[in-house]
Amino acid sequence: MQFNLGDRVRTRLKNPEGHTRLPAYLRGRIGRIERVVGAFPFSDERAAGHTAAKPQTLYTVCFAGRDVWGDDAQAATISADLFESYLEPLT
Amino acid sequence: MTTHAHDHERSAEVSNRVKRLVAELERRDVLEESALDAVVESFLLNATPANGKRAVARAWSDAGFKERLLDDASAAVAEIGVDMSHWAPVKLRAVENTARRHNLIVCTLCSCYPIALLGPSPVWYKSEAYRSRAVRDPRGVLAEFGVKLAPDVDIAVWDSTAETRYIVLPARPPETENLSEDELAALVTRNGMIGTALA
Repeated sequence: MQFNLGDRVRTRLKNPEGHTRLPAYLRGRIGRIERVVGAFPFSDERAAGHTAAKPQTLYTVCFAGRDVWGDDAQAATISADLFESYLEPLT
Repeated sequence: MTTHAHDHERSAEVSNRVKRLVAELERRDVLEESALDAVVESFLLNATPANGKRAVARAWSDAGFKERLLDDASAAVAEIGVDMSHWAPVKLRAVENTARRHNLIVCTLCSCYPIALLGPSPVWYKSEAYRSRAVRDPRGVLAEFGVKLAPDVDIAVWDSTAETRYIVLPARPPETENLSEDELAALVTRNGMIGTALA
């Protein structure tokens, strides 16, 4: 497990050819680890037909609305469940 | 073509694909259709919003249960006979509405939803309009559902992108101190547990 509660992370900015559970609107965005959900078979590999997809740590990541939509965003947070390989540490 | 006709066409296309897939899996002895029916039936028979309503009413009347529900919702709902294990390893999480925070559930990628507690999801929950707007304009979406929040109430949107299924624990309505758990359950709505209503 790479990240701890409260860590700041940036989601990767990539557009994979196949299935991914990283929504486009949350790519390249800065958020904070809000909860460690557990280890689950990695969805993107499973979708590609790897039935024995290696488990990966899944995190709930919380984003401030303005870090997703810009300064005119509403006072809201958006949280999403994201796999570890979608995230990079932010120092 | 109208959107409605388009939806029908798409739905027919999907069910044809499912039929072909099931037929192929049967042909290769991977599964029997009767086994598949049994799984789907046992899942849907027990999947009803009555489960969610009971969980909320119990949380409103039992502080210990509420604490367990917010801490580990899958384990807490097992206490009232709801099995979250199904065939997929999902984790249930309850998020609490307070005087300062209102929660809203969405799945922007598809239509992930705690069916075991809320029953099959409403059509609007699966619509592209709801899925795209809930994260961009939650206050506007809530207003269209008739939920007017004070400006100092923050909104927390939960995008069910992977294995967590979210359910909102609405705030207990005022002047309900004398109600039984069953009477409280009758006040809870499916929309309240998605966040598009207050209770």
